Amino acid sequence: MNWLKPSWQAVLALLLCLVALALGAMSKPEAAALADPAASFDYPYFGIKTPMIVLGMLAGLISMLRISELAEAVVLFVGAHLVAWMLISGITGFEGTALAPYFLLLAAAWLLAWRCVAVLSGLRPMEKGVRMALRLIIPAIFGAWILIIWEAVTRGAGIPFILLPPPSAIGARIASSLPVLGADVRQTIFKAVIFGYVVGSGAGFLVAIAADRVPFLRRGLLPIGNMVSALPIIGVAPIMVMWFGFDWPSKAAVVIIMTFFPMLVNTVAGLAASGHMERDLMRTYASGYWPTLLKLRLPAAAPFIFNALKINSTLALIGAIVAEFFGTPVVGMGFRISTEVGRMNIDMVWAEIAVAALAGSVFYGVVALVERAVTFWHPSVRGG
Amino acid sequence: MTGTSPAVVSASKLGLTFQTNDGPVQALSNVDLTIGKGEFVSFIGPSGCGKTTLLRVIADLEKPTSGTISVNGMTPEQAREKRAYGYVFQAAALFPWRTIERNVALPLEIIGLSRVEQAERIRRTMELVNLSGFEKKYPWQLSGGMQQRASIARALAFDADLLLMDEPFGALDEIVRDHLNEQLLELWARTNKTICFVTHSIPEAVYLSTRIVVMSPRPGRVSDVIESTLPKERPLDIRETPEFLAIAARVRDGLRAGHSYDD
Repeated sequence: MNWLKPSWQAVLALLLCLVALALGAMSKPEAAALADPAASFDYPYFGIKTPMIVLGMLAGLISMLRISELAEAVVLFVGAHLVAWMLISGITGFEGTALAPYFLLLAAAWLLAWRCVAVLSGLRPMEKGVRMALRLIIPAIFGAWILIIWEAVTRGAGIPFILLPPPSAIGARIASSLPVLGADVRQTIFKAVIFGYVVGSGAGFLVAIAADRVPFLRRGLLPIGNMVSALPIIGVAPIMVMWFGFDWPSKAAVVIIMTFFPMLVNTVAGLAASGHMERDLMRTYASGYWPTLLKLRLPAAAPFIFNALKINSTLALIGAIVAEFFGTPVVGMGFRISTEVGRMNIDMVWAEIAVAALAGSVFYGVVALVERAVTFWHPSVRGG
Repeated sequence: MTGTSPAVVSASKLGLTFQTNDGPVQALSNVDLTIGKGEFVSFIGPSGCGKTTLLRVIADLEKPTSGTISVNGMTPEQAREKRAYGYVFQAAALFPWRTIERNVALPLEIIGLSRVEQAERIRRTMELVNLSGFEKKYPWQLSGGMQQRASIARALAFDADLLLMDEPFGALDEIVRDHLNEQLLELWARTNKTICFVTHSIPEAVYLSTRIVVMSPRPGRVSDVIESTLPKERPLDIRETPEFLAIAARVRDGLRAGHSYDD
């Protein structure tokens, strides 16, 4: 057995393929055609059912041979994605008719992809470029399979469009409504979120320094700041709309309220983070309040401040979108979500959600990159 | 003792009582001490004997509750404001976001020296502690011994005549410690600074000092002051000479005497 290295994913995938083969019909039209051979041959996977299953089994078998890990990963990748592609494209026109073998084959393909990711994760390449590529490929395969399973299950089982549209429909919707989405992003993110984030985080930072400098502020302001952060956004948003009007300033105000407190608390904690010895050191230099703040306490507080910036990057987006539910001009991501849901255009809602998720990730990623550059010295960044 | 040279540190009837949750703790009691210019004085004693507290009082990091103390003829606070001393802590306490060079420059920036002057002082002190070539490294890229040398460079950078060192080599291994002790003596001979050095190692105290102040705990007080008869020139193997061993024995006796009522 020297030429064989079994993996449980591949073995299970093989078994699932065999069961699928044994169960026969992949879809209801095929079952009907088998029951009555005189009927039409117009059913899914006519002629490609067996090649598809054999392809899956072949990929599983080859992957278990003693071949190089890279070759194994390539075989698995090609096999899993070919089978998935044939499955999804074959069901077109017959949505909702899939039988058990369809889902068994989907599971088998998913197991092959799982094995592929497992093999790739085990690779320890020397070159920096390859390592970098692997760092991108592994999560990409992972994410792709969430979409593949989503697509295959919604279409195979015929899940109602209103409950969960397949990702391909959401993608088509995004592609066809780019101008609308663009206008919404401009209104919600480039106006309300960015402005509110900068002002809210900035105010939290400045108030934290003021509270640090002036003891009575620390005693008086921190509890009030705490209370403000406990205000329910659902309750505050309509009031902000009354105060600042329907356009983006009221949304920015909600974002300011939401981002202020995390920054205040984190900065106050960060300013207390420098060690006794370091502070004594500054004292031996007869260093005043501001030099000590700038040269010791703020750099030491940087990891805390960036934590707040990262938390705020997602809070700001949530705040601005939710605030738009309470009155807005006829543009904006929250407005679009609330109206399109009422018009049963669920794919548009999902399109906005996808855009919001993408924007949120980019926002967070940018803050995290700046953090890495600024706090390069921190053990969590330099690694040890 | 030091003849005509003026006292750098002079304390009389110095006492310090900390108010803690368990009631007052007398950290220092009735300490009389005069340190002359150019001396190398070690403070030795078991933990809790107030040796670090005494150093911190000299540095104005703690305020005495009784008695008087003067540093360079001023109160410790005035001396601190005038940057009369450099202080080396138990750990290097380098700022990880600054290179070694910028760490050494830290006090110079606070004093407000020009960039040119800073560069010159950095170069000189880095040479003094044998760290030339490591200017652009970050502290976490250096070994513990090198970090501690960098912190000594930082304390030397602004040319104070008094160097206060609080167990600076306590966390380092024996070999590195010997090496740094040698370098410290060499540096002391070259710069003619006054050094106050807290340690709990008898050989280290005897090897380095011109005078050894033995302290005992509860309350912290000076129990013996030993003048060293060793020559100023001290190779490492001086530690095997009978003279050295005799002084070490006296220090040990002093430490034991302080302990005796305790057990």
